[in-house]
Amino acid sequence: MPPSLIEIKKLYKKYSLASGILNSKKRVIPAVNNVSLQIYKGETLGLVGESGCGKSTLARLIARLEKPSSGNICFKGEDIFLYDKKALKAYRRNVQLIFQDPYSSLNPRKSAASIIKEPLTIHRIGNKNQRQESVTQLMEKVGLSREQAHRYPHEFSGGQRQRIGIARALVLKPEFIIADEPVSALDVSIQAQILNLLKDLKQDFGLTYLFISHDLNVIRHMSDRIAVMYLGQIVELAGASEIYEHPFHPYTRMLLLALPGCDPANKKRIAAITGEAGAENDRGCNFQNRCPDKRTICSEQEPVLTQIEDERFCACHLTGSI
Amino acid sequence: MPPLLQIKDLVTIFDTARGRIKAVDGVSLSIDSGETLGIVGESGCGKTMLALSIMRLIPTNGKIISGKVLFSGRDLLALSSEEMRAKRGSEIAMIFQEPMTSLNPVFRVGEQIAEAVRLHKKLPAKEAMALAGEQLREVGIPDPEKRMSDYPHQLSGGMRQRVMIAMAMSCHPQLLLADEPTTALDVTIQAQILDLISELKKKNQMTVVLISHDLGIISQEAQKIAVMYAGKMVESATAGQIFVKPLHPYTQGLIASLPARCVGVDKEQQKYLQTIPGSVPSLYNLAPGCRFYERCSYADNHCAQEEPLLEEIEQEHFAACWKSSDIQKEGKLN
Repeated sequence: MPPSLIEIKKLYKKYSLASGILNSKKRVIPAVNNVSLQIYKGETLGLVGESGCGKSTLARLIARLEKPSSGNICFKGEDIFLYDKKALKAYRRNVQLIFQDPYSSLNPRKSAASIIKEPLTIHRIGNKNQRQESVTQLMEKVGLSREQAHRYPHEFSGGQRQRIGIARALVLKPEFIIADEPVSALDVSIQAQILNLLKDLKQDFGLTYLFISHDLNVIRHMSDRIAVMYLGQIVELAGASEIYEHPFHPYTRMLLLALPGCDPANKKRIAAITGEAGAENDRGCNFQNRCPDKRTICSEQEPVLTQIEDERFCACHLTGSI
Repeated sequence: MPPLLQIKDLVTIFDTARGRIKAVDGVSLSIDSGETLGIVGESGCGKTMLALSIMRLIPTNGKIISGKVLFSGRDLLALSSEEMRAKRGSEIAMIFQEPMTSLNPVFRVGEQIAEAVRLHKKLPAKEAMALAGEQLREVGIPDPEKRMSDYPHQLSGGMRQRVMIAMAMSCHPQLLLADEPTTALDVTIQAQILDLISELKKKNQMTVVLISHDLGIISQEAQKIAVMYAGKMVESATAGQIFVKPLHPYTQGLIASLPARCVGVDKEQQKYLQTIPGSVPSLYNLAPGCRFYERCSYADNHCAQEEPLLEEIEQEHFAACWKSSDIQKEGKLN
């Protein structure tokens, strides 16, 4: 087993909603609810879940853009929330983000080259010529031409903008990349180009990815291991092909069932998919309202993520019996 | 039996500051009663404008300059605006991608559904409200009497889309145009909404035009599929034909670039996805010849000079490509 790059232990992040005029009760939303997870060096860990399940909050916590309510995250064995100023700056160099929307994540008033160069300037790396040199190299690497360096974001298509975003994330030579829905805003034919690019870059730069998506097909294509999130908790964690061929958790199965195939001769029956992810329950399993296999124990006791097999984890009382 | 909807050579243009573009450029298609037609294409290919042209709801800087839209044999483009308004919502209904922006935020959802019924069926308010409640039950909203008095923001995305469907179904239309009805929704909710649409379709013997960028959804729901590219229809066939043997290089590329869509078909994780190089051409200055020319691996000189027309290559299988007959004979070229 390769050493772990990131180790998350018992992480909680709670947001409290401001109480309204008529509503004096304060509501607390556990966006990330007792998450423990390791990300190994050199792997791509896929994080999948529906909107509001806390996957982006988890990403923001790892990037240290948010502070947790409790729990900790270690990068190479050191707690990132205890870093001093210098160590934090080094961490920010090492961990970079790629965002979903290539339209809103690039400054419209800056040219492509200066967007990519900005992190180097902020971190005071190299002199003017060296910076220019690394920008040119990287632009070529991500498939942008030299002539495009002085164009502005609005002159690029969605796919090309995402390439600029990727180049900006790589310019500091990070070890770890958090890609938060990097292809969701792109058309299918462009999506494939970007996914291939991300795979190439991973190999060339020896990167580790946390790859977040709601699209199970994309996740499967990109990931070595996959974590499935539901209402702030990780409900299943396993190797990519295991989870697709033998899903354990009823929610994972529901997600896979909901996926449209591409074979018109083989239409799936999807009547088994019910309910919506809503407020969590006071007691017992979060998924009990939608679960087709619910038993008495599910409303009494909360299941914890337990190891079922080697490298396979599932948080369900019924694992093994169904 | 004549087709329920027949579109002939429809051209919709837009005059913008940068010049004139043809958003829909000579599209022809026909849908039989009770069928589901899937229209698939990337953003900007004109699929939404095609639907809006059928409804005669295109934005004010747009104009339908030629073609016919025959609905049960009558040309919708020749109707007066009053006649068209009477058809819209009662015989032809439409649901949109983003249910939050297509519902009025300051009215309760019950009233919004009742409004359509009141206008088209000329029912008194009380009866209309009762019918609205009935519709909400029909689309699977639990506790419909209570939900009727909710405002759109109080409902989840999936529930809002159900309200939109209830509104569209309230006058039992013969034709439902669904423009990316599940794009804004999570996968499990998407599956529920698609199920609901096909259930309602069966129950009311409705014809559906389903527009989506997602080939997976289209393959599951549609009997006939039309592929659009840069304002043109490039291929149309039955769902079986198009997935087994796509005849246009663009359709081939679209299907090949899906990541491991067919679980079981390719168990081994492919390292690289096939891609279509380049991106969609700008409609402002289109070169002569085929619009897919620059991205096509089959293209030759002929393709650069003359634009291919939609032709029937096999029975009920149309493609607009000079190479389609070769592809049809030899499978994939190269």
